[in-house]
Amino acid sequence: MNIRKLGELYVSFFKIGGLTFGGGLAMLPMLQREIVTDRKWCTEEEILDMYAIGQCTPGIIAVNTATYVGYKQAGFVGGIFATLGVVSPSIIIICLVASILKSFINMPAVVHALAGIRVVVCALMLNTVFTMAKKGIVDKLGGVLFAGGFILACFTPVPTAMIIVLAGVIGVCAKKFGGRKDA
Amino acid sequence: MIYLTLAIEFFKIGLFSIGGGMATLPFLMDLTTRYDWYTASVLANMVAISESTPGPVGINMATYAGYNAAGVPGAIVATLSLTAPALIIIVIIARFLENFSENPTVKAVFYGIRPTVAALIGYAVWELLKIALISTAGGTTRIDYTSLLICLGAFGLLQVKQLKKLHPLVWIAAGAVIGIVFRM
Repeated sequence: MNIRKLGELYVSFFKIGGLTFGGGLAMLPMLQREIVTDRKWCTEEEILDMYAIGQCTPGIIAVNTATYVGYKQAGFVGGIFATLGVVSPSIIIICLVASILKSFINMPAVVHALAGIRVVVCALMLNTVFTMAKKGIVDKLGGVLFAGGFILACFTPVPTAMIIVLAGVIGVCAKKFGGRKDA
Repeated sequence: MIYLTLAIEFFKIGLFSIGGGMATLPFLMDLTTRYDWYTASVLANMVAISESTPGPVGINMATYAGYNAAGVPGAIVATLSLTAPALIIIVIIARFLENFSENPTVKAVFYGIRPTVAALIGYAVWELLKIALISTAGGTTRIDYTSLLICLGAFGLLQVKQLKKLHPLVWIAAGAVIGIVFRM
């Protein structure tokens, strides 16, 4: 096993994890620079393919991409090192912030600030839901699935994972028996 | 054994949260009803902090949830468990499947899942909205109209093309200032 390569994978993905805010698409420029331009570990096309796969496989897209690049470079262990690299900054930073916040959480200014932040976060998230719904709902069945998913989640104890599996099964059935064209 | 529980719960989240970091939110909301690791209102703070610190949002939120449940070891267990399913699945895909995302069955599955994931995140946001907009001060439950107006205003501004591209951090900082100014 090439120890140096594993070290490089860890360091590169540590940088990518530590220098991107937001994850997902926000990570693309950093990935291109570090992985495609500097290290030449894969091509631009491979990164974009990886994003497409990341959209339709479980897990965080950043982790999926790290695993894929690491695996291609140094096998399964390479995948593990790249993944550890991309999550390490989060573990360090979040634990620090969380422990600091704990000692300030009862200060009036912090309480007010957090209340204001909560409201704005709701608006941001609402916006995300609208964007995702616009992209995801391509026909009537999509609308029904959206409404059905919301109602099941809000008013029934059906587990979230079960709702997702159900939606996948409905998607396959609709394509198979409904004669729908490929979306 | 809290670490084992954390590992199982976050492995499950990693396996079923499809479509990026925010897809973990309904699962994290779900955990508030089954464990006393954090409350739904703390979850709102976790989302804000995860959005405004470096690192993938989904990883940040998992780390935070794990930290709240069982300190630094909890944070590490939750994060690694969340990534484990992806690690296994991506290696399998990289090895065996060519053009995975072009496969008709895969496409059909995601045709069904995409609107549903949007709905599930919508449900989680609905729960967060209830916490942010309903005031229980003085023993009475009522809608806090200042918060409602600020939320609608922010949502409206987010539809403006030039403002859309602003980093979430800017919005969150503005929220903090508004919160302090209006003594929310």
